[in-house]
Amino acid sequence: MTAIVKAYGVHKHFGHLHVLKGVDLEVAERELVFVIGPSGSGKSTLLRCLNRLEQPSSGSIEVAGIDMLSPKTDINHARQHIGMVFQSFNLYPHMTALGNVMLALRKVAGKGKAEAETLAQAALDRVGLADRAHHRPAELSGGQQQRVAIARSIALEPRVMLFDEPTSALDPELVGSVLAVMRDLRESGMTMIVVSHEMGFAKNAADRVIFMDDGLIVEQGPPAAIFDTPAHERTRAFIGQIQQH
Amino acid sequence: MTAWDKFLDAFFNAKVMAKYLPDILAGTLLTIELAILIVVSGILAGLLLALVRSLSFRPLNLLIIFVVDLLRSLPPLVIIVLLYFGMPSAGWSPSGFMSTWLSLSLVLMAFSEEIFWAGITSVHKGQWEASRSTGLGFGQTLMNVVLPQALRLTIAPLTNRTIAITKGTALGTVVALHEILGMASSAVSNSYNPSPLILGSAAYLILFIPVVIAARWIEKKYSWKR
Amino acid sequence: MEEIVDNFFNVDIAVGAMSIVIDGLLNTILLSLMVVPLGFLSGLGLAVMAQSKSRAVRWPLMAWVDFFRAFPPLVLLVLLFAGLPFMGLELGGFACVAVAFMLNNSAYYGEILRAGIDSVPHGQIEAARSTGLSGGQAMVYVVLPQAIRNVLPDLLSNTLEVVKLTSLGSVVAVPELLYQARQAQSATFNPTPIVMAAVIYFLILWPLVRLLSRLENRALAGRG
Repeated sequence: MTAIVKAYGVHKHFGHLHVLKGVDLEVAERELVFVIGPSGSGKSTLLRCLNRLEQPSSGSIEVAGIDMLSPKTDINHARQHIGMVFQSFNLYPHMTALGNVMLALRKVAGKGKAEAETLAQAALDRVGLADRAHHRPAELSGGQQQRVAIARSIALEPRVMLFDEPTSALDPELVGSVLAVMRDLRESGMTMIVVSHEMGFAKNAADRVIFMDDGLIVEQGPPAAIFDTPAHERTRAFIGQIQQH
Repeated sequence: MTAWDKFLDAFFNAKVMAKYLPDILAGTLLTIELAILIVVSGILAGLLLALVRSLSFRPLNLLIIFVVDLLRSLPPLVIIVLLYFGMPSAGWSPSGFMSTWLSLSLVLMAFSEEIFWAGITSVHKGQWEASRSTGLGFGQTLMNVVLPQALRLTIAPLTNRTIAITKGTALGTVVALHEILGMASSAVSNSYNPSPLILGSAAYLILFIPVVIAARWIEKKYSWKR
Repeated sequence: MEEIVDNFFNVDIAVGAMSIVIDGLLNTILLSLMVVPLGFLSGLGLAVMAQSKSRAVRWPLMAWVDFFRAFPPLVLLVLLFAGLPFMGLELGGFACVAVAFMLNNSAYYGEILRAGIDSVPHGQIEAARSTGLSGGQAMVYVVLPQAIRNVLPDLLSNTLEVVKLTSLGSVVAVPELLYQARQAQSATFNPTPIVMAAVIYFLILWPLVRLLSRLENRALAGRG
C-alpha cells in the first residue's frame, strides 16, 4: 500500500510554545485516519500543517507526491488536491451555497461558468443539498452549512480530505447528517484525516485511530485496540473522560 | 415697516435674491463638481491605501499609518490654508479649487483608508483560511472573499464620513473659491443684504438633504448585522 | 532644501511668532472647552427626548438632526455672524462659534447617544424599574452609563472633529490657533507660523487619533 500523505519529523513552534514535537504520519490511499487527543495536544495544528495553513518550523511533508514545504511548489495549485473542512464551516456569507462551491472551481481550477455550475450542483447533490443551491449560508442550518463546506471541497476532486472537528460546532441533532455525508465519502474511497471527538463514528468507520498528547503521537492502532485496550495510561485516561459524556 | 416686514426685507428680499440667483447657481455647480471629484479621488485613494496595507509590508504600513494619522489630526481648513498660502513660498501656487480639492481628497483618503482597513481586518480569519485551503491565492481571496464582506461593513460609516467631508467644500471660500458660500458672501457685501446667504443655505440643503436621507436608509439596510 | 527650511521651518520666525501662536492655542482650548460640553449636553437632551414614543416628538427631532447633518457648519457660522447684525443682534465671533457649534453638535452628539441608548437592552430598564427606580433614575443610573460606554469610540471621534472644527473660528475673526498663525504669517510673509499651528494640532490630537484607531478596529472586529 502506498502512502499518499507522508509527514516526517514535523515540529511547530508558536513563539515559545512548542506545539508539535516531531510528528511522523503516513496515511495510505483510501484510508480513514482518526486523530483524537485533549485540546492543545497539537492535532489541529498537525492538520493545518498538512496543507500549509500553518508553516511547520521543521520537518518534511509530502501529499499526493507534492513536496508541500518546497518553495518551488505552487501552494495554491497543491491545495486544490487537499480538501479542508473547518469547525466553524467558514462559508462565504456573501455568496449562495452554489457560489461558495463555484468560486475555487472558477478561480483555481479554471473552469468556465457553465461547467463550474454543473460541477458545483453535482457536489451539492452529493451532500444532499441540491435544493439549497441558491440559499445564503445565513438561511441554512449549521448541519447544512457544514455539508455545503464539504461540497466546496469535494467539487475540486481532492486526493485527501482534512476534517478539523467538523461536528463540534453543531447542535447534537444536526451531527448525524454531517456524519452521514462523511460516511458516504469514505465508502467512495476518499482518503480522510479526521480530527474529532465522535467516538461512535470512529469506532465503526475509522481504519486507524491516532492518540496525540502534548505535541506527539502517543499511540495508534485499529479503533478497537485504542478504545478498548489502550497501551498507555494517558490514552486510557483521555478515553475514560470522553466516554463519560 | 413692522419688525416682521423688516425681517422679511432683510433675509428674504426677493429683488436681491433674484439678482444674485445666477451667482448662487454658478456656485452650486462648482460645489457639485468639487464634491464629486473629492468623493471619487478620496475614496479610491483610500481603498488603494487599504489594499496596499493588507500586503503587510512593514515599512510601507508604518508610513501609511503615519500619513493617515496626520491627516486625521489636522483640521481640513489648516491643510487648505497651508496649501494655498504656504505653497507659493515653495514655488507652487495652487488655485483655490486645487487647494480645496487636494486637501479634502487627502482627508477623505485618510478616513476611508481607516474604514476600509477596519472592514478588511474585521473579516474573520476563517474566511481567509477556507479560501486559501481551496487553492485561491492572496489576491484572489482578498478580491473575491474578503473585500465583498468588508465593503458591506464599511458602507454606512463611509457614507457618513463622506457627507461630513464634502460639506467642507464650503471651506473653499477662505481661499477665494467661488463655490456657494463664497458667492453668497460676496453678494452680501455687494448688496448690504443677507438674503443671498439664505439662498446659499437653501442650495446646500437642496444638495445635501437627499444625501443625508439616503445615508439614513443605507445605515438601516447595511448596519452591522449580517 | 535650504529654501524649504527657510520658508516653512524658519527658526527665527518661529521664535518671533511663538507668543502669538500660543495665545491662539489657548483660545482654541478655551473654545473647545466651551463647545464640546455645550454640544454634548444638548445632544444628550435630544437623545433622551428621542426615546419618546410619540411621533410628534420624534419626527421633528429627526428633521433637526438631518438638517444639521446636511448643513455645513461654516455656512451656519457665517449666517449667524453676517446675518444676525441685520436683525440688530451683534453677537461677536466667539458667541457665534458657540451657538453655531452647539446647534451643529447637538445633532451629531444626539444621533450618537440615541444609538447608544438604543443599544441598551430593554430588560435593563425593566430590571431597574422593578427595583423601584423611577424612569429618570433608570435612565441616569442604568441606561446612560451603558449607552455611553457602548458608543464611546463614536463620541470620541466626534469630539476630535469638534476640536478640529474650532479652526473655523478664524473665518469670523476669533483669535484661535489658525487665526493667530495666519496673522503672524501675513505679518512676516513666511508660512512658518501656519506650519507651527499644524504641528501643534498634530501633537495635541495625535494621541486621540491613535486611541480612536485602536477602538474602531476593535469595535469592527467584534462585529465581524
